[in-house]
Amino acid sequence: MFFELFFQYLVAGLTYGTIYAIVGIGFNIIYNTTGIINFAQGEFVMLGGMTAVTLYGFLPLPLAVIGAVLITMVMGGLIEMVFIRWLVKPTVLRMIIITIGISILIREGALLVWGEGVRSLPYFTGNEISALSLGGVRLSPQVLWSIGVCMVIVLFLNLFFKHTMLGREMRACAANRDAAALCGIPTKNMITLSFVLSAGIGALAGCVVSPITYTQYSIGSGLAIKGFTVAILGGLGNSMAAVAAGFILGILESFSIWVLPTAYKDAISIAILLAMLFIRPSGLFGNKEAMRLKDF
Amino acid sequence: MLRIRNLDAGYGNLNVLRRVSIHVKPGEIVTIIGANGAGKTTLLKTITGLLKAQAGEVLFNGQDIGAMPTERIVSGGCSLVPEGRQVFPAMPVSENLLLGAYVQFKRGNKHEVERDLDRVYALFPVLKQREHQLAGTLSGGEQQMLAMGRALMARPKLIMLDEPSMGLAPLMVKEIFNIIVRLRAEGNTVLLVEQNARSALKIANRGYVLETGRIILEGEAEDLLANRDVQRAYLGRDAE
Ligand SMILES: Nc1ncnc2c1ncn2[C@@H]1O[C@H](COP(=O)(O)OP(=O)(O)O)[C@@H](O)[C@H]1O
Ligand SMILES: [Mg+2]
Repeated sequence: MFFELFFQYLVAGLTYGTIYAIVGIGFNIIYNTTGIINFAQGEFVMLGGMTAVTLYGFLPLPLAVIGAVLITMVMGGLIEMVFIRWLVKPTVLRMIIITIGISILIREGALLVWGEGVRSLPYFTGNEISALSLGGVRLSPQVLWSIGVCMVIVLFLNLFFKHTMLGREMRACAANRDAAALCGIPTKNMITLSFVLSAGIGALAGCVVSPITYTQYSIGSGLAIKGFTVAILGGLGNSMAAVAAGFILGILESFSIWVLPTAYKDAISIAILLAMLFIRPSGLFGNKEAMRLKDF
Repeated sequence: MLRIRNLDAGYGNLNVLRRVSIHVKPGEIVTIIGANGAGKTTLLKTITGLLKAQAGEVLFNGQDIGAMPTERIVSGGCSLVPEGRQVFPAMPVSENLLLGAYVQFKRGNKHEVERDLDRVYALFPVLKQREHQLAGTLSGGEQQMLAMGRALMARPKLIMLDEPSMGLAPLMVKEIFNIIVRLRAEGNTVLLVEQNARSALKIANRGYVLETGRIILEGEAEDLLANRDVQRAYLGRDAE
């Protein structure tokens, strides 16, 4: 009994951890290319999930998911072009206020379009009650979908940044914007691309977890805080560490329910965030040597 | 090739350059010498569009590049090797060079990149040895060579160097200056900004003296080397 309960909490933690990790990675992609902390990051997850639910009304599930991801990517690009691109050397505070403004705008827009209803996509395989038996413990296949998609995203990003020309150009832009421009790289387009990319992965994550966690117009800001905590926990700018940090936060939150009243669940991430900012702002995995050779 | 007229530039309200006019002809090495803080880096940043001019005009091959973004200026053939090298530290030497070839890839000259890479490795054999090493782990001199190689990969018509000798051992300085002379011999045009006035004037065709944002003197390099005022202000310390 104990073991089973333990396992259930662990699985729930991993599921939420997936989405925290993806939002954290999204933060890092944009932070690395622009130095901006994009607090509208959680809205991409919401937009992805909500758009997919709508598209699922008249498209088969795979197409609905793909369509939602593409639409959210376009939104991400448009947001950068409309609100960010024309700014000349904005201060950090101004950027934070702008991205929070964008997040409110998207949330209110979503409220208008979709209303307050809680929605979800159907389970990708099977349904609510279908379960895989793993060493005697029951596991929803959607959990495997979530973790699997998270892994694929991480793998894809790794390949993209390490082994494609475009990825290398984005890394150059992240490492030193002026030097990248001096190579002839159109740095503004790279920044747009970083918004497109992090919108895309956010939307995809929003689709796969929606059957388990549900989605609603207002989930974005909460996710942004979780994702930001994860990004800080892993070390701002370090995408791979964000994955580990995402799972750590998800699992911690999940087990907290075991020992603390449920109401404290969200306080966990704020507590971790504040503690990290005070004690170790470079992140769990950050060290000075690594920062000098900073990369995605 | 490059003609700058009455250029004013600075940061915000701070005016650094005042009515600067210079020109560079094809095949020359032109040097701009001046003390720390004179505005040399500001001038090069303004030419490459990293900084917007407050007034004046910058013509490159007859085209006004004053309002162009940096990447278009670079793909137009005007490259800068920035102060402090600014290599990409977390990438290996070879990737730094390939990034320098961005404009060549965009022009569709994929096959030429291979040859350009060989040429850069021939010019800087040590880079070939360090091909797979992260740029951040190179010595200062090697990083300078990498930054120069990266700029050359774009096949620039004009290559501008911002204090390439800064912080390097005398032997390395000599090597860098030899390479600059070799670049000219191979038909390149060079704008060389230096505090190391003597070495710069020795290899240059012409020179300008920049003092607190103004060009106070210009002429043939040998004339400047022989000039009393230049000797006193810029050559005194390392007089032979
Ligand atoms: N980013 C900056 N912001 C404000 N002032 C600057 C900046 N960079 C340089 N300056 C000022 O501009 C002047 C010229 O600097 P710079 O062009 O770097 O000189 P040099 O390259 O000749 O040493 C200096 O007084 C310096 O303090
Ligand atoms: Mg300087």
